[in-house]
Amino acid sequence: MSFIDIVEKYQHFDFEGFFGQVTDRDVVCAVAKEKMEPLDFLALLSPTAAGHLEPMAQKALRLTVQYFGRTIQLFIPLYISNYCSNQCLYCGFNRTHAIERKTLTLAEIECEAQAIASTGMQHLLLLTGESWEATPMDYLEAAVRLLKRYFASVSIEIFPLDETDYRQLKAAGVDGLTLYQETYDRSVYRQVHLSGRKADYRYRLDAPERGARAGFRAVNIGPLVGLGEKRREVFMCGLHARYLDDRFLETEIGLSLPRINPAEGGFQPAHPADDRTFVQFMLALRLFMPRSGLTVSTRERAGFRDRLIHLGVTRLSAGSCTGVGGYARPAERKTAQFEISDQRSVAQVAQAIAAQGYQPVYKDWDLIA
Amino acid sequence: MIRVTINGKTESVGAGTIEQLVHDKGLRPEALVVEHNFTIVKQPQWSRIRLSEGDTLELLSFVGGG
Amino acid sequence: MENDPLTIGGHEFTSRLFTGTGKFADDRRIADMLAASGSQLITVALRRIDLGGKSHNILDFIPKTVTLLPNTSGARTAAEAVRIARIAREAGCGPFIKIEVITDTKYLMPDNYETLAATETLAREGFVVLPYVLPDLPLAKRLEDAGAAAVMPLGAPIGSNRGLETAPLIALLIENCRVPVVVDAGIGRPSHAAAAMEMGADAVLVNTAIATAEDPVAMGRAFSLAVEAGRMAYLAKMAEESRTARASSPLTGFLDRIEDIV
Repeated sequence: MSFIDIVEKYQHFDFEGFFGQVTDRDVVCAVAKEKMEPLDFLALLSPTAAGHLEPMAQKALRLTVQYFGRTIQLFIPLYISNYCSNQCLYCGFNRTHAIERKTLTLAEIECEAQAIASTGMQHLLLLTGESWEATPMDYLEAAVRLLKRYFASVSIEIFPLDETDYRQLKAAGVDGLTLYQETYDRSVYRQVHLSGRKADYRYRLDAPERGARAGFRAVNIGPLVGLGEKRREVFMCGLHARYLDDRFLETEIGLSLPRINPAEGGFQPAHPADDRTFVQFMLALRLFMPRSGLTVSTRERAGFRDRLIHLGVTRLSAGSCTGVGGYARPAERKTAQFEISDQRSVAQVAQAIAAQGYQPVYKDWDLIA
Repeated sequence: MIRVTINGKTESVGAGTIEQLVHDKGLRPEALVVEHNFTIVKQPQWSRIRLSEGDTLELLSFVGGG
Repeated sequence: MENDPLTIGGHEFTSRLFTGTGKFADDRRIADMLAASGSQLITVALRRIDLGGKSHNILDFIPKTVTLLPNTSGARTAAEAVRIARIAREAGCGPFIKIEVITDTKYLMPDNYETLAATETLAREGFVVLPYVLPDLPLAKRLEDAGAAAVMPLGAPIGSNRGLETAPLIALLIENCRVPVVVDAGIGRPSHAAAAMEMGADAVLVNTAIATAEDPVAMGRAFSLAVEAGRMAYLAKMAEESRTARASSPLTGFLDRIEDIV
């Protein structure tokens, strides 16, 4: 069994036909349910449900407070390399883009770590492009071991690996895996991933499961909103989360809905989601997966993120830089993977969270080695 | 006569086959499950297995249970 | 219900009431009870025969169309349960086995650890394994991984007729298990069975409450109706309490002036 079976099950599902039949009553019933079935979730993703955002939000808030309290966990991304052998149309690191490429040395990583740690951040998300030459396993392992000296938690958002490689990184100190499928639609996937290892849909699709099996404490998944038909993408992502959640009780499954921002290359998404629709999707995910963490990155703008705090979000990145080496030397911020909308510092974001009546959490756990 | 253990108790029985033992004990064959030296012996085989000194037999049947 | 079969170990059951053969005042009532209740699966036990007494065969009272679920009662360890299961299968009882390992004679609580060990072995040997357990979610997931065909959590101690005392824990199993969840033990009244089915249990196993009723045949029928009603209610998706939203939109009203938000 793999999630591919569920992808195939819905391959020929008539989404448009289903949405055409969703009534207000269906949405009301779905919202009232304690345990939602997949089609209840789909009803909440329908255009009909756009008229029910407030009751969805009320319940989302109630569930989020019930399971997470009034807290927002903070994390910060650290890009250590932008070398990439893939050719993803939407990504700034696309190998055909003539950007300055860089892989940080361990000494440079340490400088970054020091700069970040001085902001109080304790949960770090380590990122790379996909390059086995620039960032081989022993390099990644060394980077993690180094970063563990500065941070309570190190997660990774890197190219998909085999289970044994995940185990190796877990042993080095990694406790979380973030891996976005980008799109669950196989034909769109082919269209936007022209070459490189990433063109292998199935290997990526099964990676969160491999990570869970390798024993990561948290696995975070999501679609890149804008690539495939958006309601379908969020639906499949929700099912993927539930699939993992059902199988790996010991793993916290988290979700995120990164929206495409302009990056190098000027990619225009075929299925952009406006703010209202984005909110609807976040609420539907919260109602479908009441105990899953929901992450919103600095791709979203500050004022919008502050509002989302009441709508099911549990994790925010803050003070982010998506260029390589940009924390210690702000001049390096030019080669970003994507454009940052919320430019506030860690302290400013923390202050905004507190102003909303929530506690910003810098350190949610610490792995005792 | 040989000595065998039946359902945990040692007793003397006439040397012969399982089938003969079942008959001698007046047991209904269709209700009976026989384990001979920790191996199940199906009914058609009962007449082929001769008991030897020291053998262990379990004679079981299905009863009511929840 | 004809269009809602329950599949366990590749076998389809249209009745979600499983029954047992224990404690009947007169075993001849078993066949009538089965006919009246429509139950298609019934438990039996394996015992050393009483060499002095007259043996009677419980299987005589069970129609061939009814699936036999031999249990491993009497087993105190996984090894003993495995041995009983093998004997039952050799005896022609089919591949089904209810693992029941009980070391505690006071409350008759199943030993979850020995039960897991027995499940691992027997599932590998191709048995259709239905372990009787305390409702413990991590254990249920391990049983699933070990190849159990269903999990059978107890509602209350065996024979206690106390109903669904473990309901919140059983609910976790129902919510998270891929294999069917059959509530076993403790169901004392048809209303308990209906409640279990309303919760989403896939089936219930009722023995004592039927067998020890003054009229076990009528009680079998009563349980069958209760199980069907509960299942129907579950499938009909009971209306849940809905909270009416206030007319104002304190949480999402900002979306009406989203352009102003930077």
